Amino acid sequence: MTTEAPPTASESYADVQRSPEFVGLRKALRGFVFPMTVAFFVWYALYVILSAYARDFMSTKIVGHINVALVFGLLQFVSTFLIAWLYERYSARRLDPTAAELRERVESGGTR
Amino acid sequence: MILAAASASTTRNFTITLFVIFVAITLGITVWASRQTRNATDFYAGGRSFSGFQNGMAIGGDYMSAASFLGIAGIIALNGYDGFLYSIGFLVAWLVALLLVAELLRNSGKYTMADVLAFRMRQAPVRTAAAVSTVTVSVFYLLAQMVGAGALVALLLGIQPGTTFLGMDANTARIATIVMIGALMIIYVTVGGMKGTTYVQIVKAFMLMIGALVMTVLVLAAYKFNLSSLLGDAAAKSGRGDAFLNPGLAYGREVADATQTFYNKVDLLSLGIALVLGTAGLPHILIRFYTVPTAKAARRSVLWAIGIIGSFYLMTLALGFGAAALVGGGPIRTQNPGGNTAAPQLAQALGERYFGGDIGGAFFLAVIAAVAFATILAVVAGLTLASSSSMAHDFYANVVKKGETSERQEVVVARISALVIGAVSIVLGIVARNINVAFLVALAFAVAASGNLPAILYSLFWKRFNTAGAVWAIYGGLISAVVLVFFSPVVSGSATAMFPNSDWQWFPLSNPGIISIPLGFLCGWLGTILSRERANEEKYAELEVRALTGAGAH
Repeated sequence: MTTEAPPTASESYADVQRSPEFVGLRKALRGFVFPMTVAFFVWYALYVILSAYARDFMSTKIVGHINVALVFGLLQFVSTFLIAWLYERYSARRLDPTAAELRERVESGGTR
Repeated sequence: MILAAASASTTRNFTITLFVIFVAITLGITVWASRQTRNATDFYAGGRSFSGFQNGMAIGGDYMSAASFLGIAGIIALNGYDGFLYSIGFLVAWLVALLLVAELLRNSGKYTMADVLAFRMRQAPVRTAAAVSTVTVSVFYLLAQMVGAGALVALLLGIQPGTTFLGMDANTARIATIVMIGALMIIYVTVGGMKGTTYVQIVKAFMLMIGALVMTVLVLAAYKFNLSSLLGDAAAKSGRGDAFLNPGLAYGREVADATQTFYNKVDLLSLGIALVLGTAGLPHILIRFYTVPTAKAARRSVLWAIGIIGSFYLMTLALGFGAAALVGGGPIRTQNPGGNTAAPQLAQALGERYFGGDIGGAFFLAVIAAVAFATILAVVAGLTLASSSSMAHDFYANVVKKGETSERQEVVVARISALVIGAVSIVLGIVARNINVAFLVALAFAVAASGNLPAILYSLFWKRFNTAGAVWAIYGGLISAVVLVFFSPVVSGSATAMFPNSDWQWFPLSNPGIISIPLGFLCGWLGTILSRERANEEKYAELEVRALTGAGAH
């Protein structure tokens, strides 16, 4: 399982880091995870803030004894599952192939 | 009182039988695992041989502590909606782990959190800080679990004040439980290493999910699967009326004093932040990502964990509201003012209703009590493993011996550390057995979010981050969280404090996160820009390429 880095590791790592493929991979990763992190954090913060400061709104009944607070809470579950699923799909399509290619390149010791 | 005397002894016998079976099975697995444990990778990382699903289950077993199972069900049973806030924070937190940490850590680290933190830094200061933080977080968490187990045993085994069981009164039973739990966790870790611990966690997660699922279905069946009528009945029987279904009974309470109301609400925000940012900084969770062969498997394990943990927290809604509706607020509060026995009491009520009278009730109560003990055991084993790995791999091998040691020697030290940390925890647990230490779980999350998470994120994403930054972030977050809690109302100056008769409190919040988390990030940034040390660009290139591609991964 353990794969030792090639002898010229640092050199080729720095080269790989500068390569357009790697720059693209980093951009694809950060372009997804950073905005998504901001999105779910704001969405979660909104929920916590409403729970603290908008009690009347959260207590509004929708159907029977089911109120906004409960639905909002359940939507946090839905959004979590949804983001997890979207990330899985995105990484399989956009990240894994490039990552595998670059890994191959580094481990065979070659630079461009 | 949970039980009348006659069924109390039935339950006890069932509980003890089931628990003995669980212990026998897990010890069998542990011995088997010890034969499979030949090198350091086996001991620390279970040979990196687990599948995404197995690790997802183990993460669930590692994460869903007694605080989740008994605590959240109890908060919901007594305070209604507010318990749900906890569940949501504990779940959403996994997105931080999934998107920002799990795969990159798996690719670039080897055995511990510090492998990533120290990757491009000077080893000794960063690894020392990481070991201090790891042991502090883990021991806080561990103590809360052990003391909780001690408090539960008298209740779950039905030992009432003035009565004895096997010649033990409630106090002796408490001590005996803490010693037993401690001894078992030491055995799991020293003998079975990561492999043994992982299987214990998988078995526990399986039991917990089945137990919770059966209870949930039975609760919902009692209300013909109509959630609204369950909620209505819960509110009616809780003694709190409609307010029971709204936020505000437990957290962010509105009181007569406007200043106190303000602090209560800020405290709720503070708790919310610590819950969501703490998980991805908990060392016992992070080391689980090393037990799978690839980053892709690490991703899969977090996806499974999100599914398992999310389903579980949805079920805690049914358990908590079900307990309020079918047991009632009064009887739960009489048994345990904190509500920790709500889930077992619900099990008893469901057993009586569906499985034939007293015996059915006694049996189902016993099943859930045994699940609760299994839950505690699996979590404390994970915590002991995380702290002993860090002591051996970070502190002993890379600081004391400066990397000049064999892996064989490291594992010996890890086993000794597990023994020492376990023994110290047993002693501290016994000393603290009558003290309210439930706040230690929230404190562990706050320290993880304030110290560990900033250091991890900066290490992975900020090129300029350096040794001073890492050290400042960890100590800054750790010290500010601990100091603020020390001067908070959970330690002194209130009736429910750890020391209710003393008062040195000046910090108004119970949860330090809202101050200490930004402070941790600020310290990491300041430490970096104020230090003259230049970031090692070649090492950063190596870290980044390895983290993103998996090249050269262990």
